[in-house]
Amino acid sequence: MTMDKLLVSPNPHIHAPVSTKSLMRDVIIALIPAVICSFVFYGWREILVMAVSVASCVLLEWAITKYMLRKPSTIGDLSAVITGILLALNLPYTTPWWVVMIGAVVAIGVAKMTFGGIGQNIWNPALVGRVFLLVSFPTYMTTWGAPQGVVDAVSGPTPLGAIQEGLMQGASVQELTSAFNYKDLLFANLGGSAGEACALALLAGFVYLCCRKVIKPWITLSIFATVALVSLAFWAADPTRFTDPLFNLLTGGLVLGACFMATDYVTSPMTLWGGVIFGVGIGFLTMMIRYFGSYPEGVSFAILIMNSVVPLLNMWFHQKKFGRK
Amino acid sequence: MSKIKLLTDGFVKNNPTFVLLLGMCPTLATTTSAINGLSMGLATLFVLVLSNIVISLIAPVVPDKVHIPVYIVVIATFVTLLQLLMQAYTPAMYETLGLFIPLIVVNCIVLGRAEAFANKHGVGESALDGIGVGLGFTCSLTILGLVREILGSGSAFGWNFIGGHDGMLAFVMAPGAFLCLGYLMVLFNKYLKK
Repeated sequence: MTMDKLLVSPNPHIHAPVSTKSLMRDVIIALIPAVICSFVFYGWREILVMAVSVASCVLLEWAITKYMLRKPSTIGDLSAVITGILLALNLPYTTPWWVVMIGAVVAIGVAKMTFGGIGQNIWNPALVGRVFLLVSFPTYMTTWGAPQGVVDAVSGPTPLGAIQEGLMQGASVQELTSAFNYKDLLFANLGGSAGEACALALLAGFVYLCCRKVIKPWITLSIFATVALVSLAFWAADPTRFTDPLFNLLTGGLVLGACFMATDYVTSPMTLWGGVIFGVGIGFLTMMIRYFGSYPEGVSFAILIMNSVVPLLNMWFHQKKFGRK
Repeated sequence: MSKIKLLTDGFVKNNPTFVLLLGMCPTLATTTSAINGLSMGLATLFVLVLSNIVISLIAPVVPDKVHIPVYIVVIATFVTLLQLLMQAYTPAMYETLGLFIPLIVVNCIVLGRAEAFANKHGVGESALDGIGVGLGFTCSLTILGLVREILGSGSAFGWNFIGGHDGMLAFVMAPGAFLCLGYLMVLFNKYLKK
């Protein structure tokens, strides 16, 4: 930790009031619309899941830094709070509290602190927690309760889950997608993870982050573009087997993953072209898993797979030094 | 080297799983439960001790150029013997471990001990070394299997303690094997291997 005090960098030195804490605060502000939406659609139980998730993430990080690493605590930078919120947004609101806690232990304990805490983790902690829960507790993680907040809503499985189920029973995609209204997808009237509730709220947060220059939009935009292009190609080839681009863009965790998970500072490439290739990889893998995989949804797997090649992307795409040709 | 040290080295200083990182394939693949880990360890122990004894006997007369093929033939003989014995007397376990019994031939612990120890030492010492390393391997696999079984299926040695609930399935699958191995290695190297 003594390295924190020794910063060697070339001139000129300009001080900016930006710190990890201020960036993380902006991300939390950007997540507020999505959190409010998830409350509106799923009710108090969703807030309970989120409270358990955030509290256990923060407590665990505090305990690990204090009793195991014996270092100054890092909970002040708010990154554990974000991990907690994102983890809760990635779970169905019906998840039992102890499953949420196990997810927090895996997210903070395994994916983050084992690698040395913030800045050192290879994979996005919240996603590791979610994927671990998905693999470990498939029954809890795929029992999607109907939205039961203050708005009237339809119940049922996630749109992507319904499509995969239907295709196995021999139905065509057109009949299946006709059950879903794109306006509903955008404004959320569907079963699913809490964060999948409302695409518009997530996009609002994304625009806020871009305007505040907290994140660069390249990664997110290249994910959307790749998903659109890949699904357009398949859909044009055989509309009875493959879902259309708009459906793919709006369903599942794609918006949440592309806006908030893939753009995590630590686990995404540093340069523009590195980021674009990272995004293209995520989009392509997501569509491959959705069309050909055994899971109906693949955003989280795609992001984790691409997280693993980030060091390679950083090696291939250097930042050009100032003044160099 | 004292006789006791020959035996205990395989447990801590030269623990094949947590220190030497040998035989990772059966370690990761067969430790889905404590019983499976234990039987895989015992099977390897059997082959290790017998091949160590025979190789220490024949080492002086084996020409240097062909020593590895000869050792492999000796090891493969004992593995085939073990395979047939298990098929005859413990068919259930034979079914569970499946392909991993013939794969003991290419387990680097067996050839590693033949190369590094048995061809330079006497019969008695080689046998003790085989027992020590084999028991170390058995212990590590049993512990790994036990941890994975407790977390993954909520049972220990087949005794279920969480009733009708499911365990954390990830620990029965490959990612859980890597996770458990990693954390056990950390604990082992921090507290036992001084």
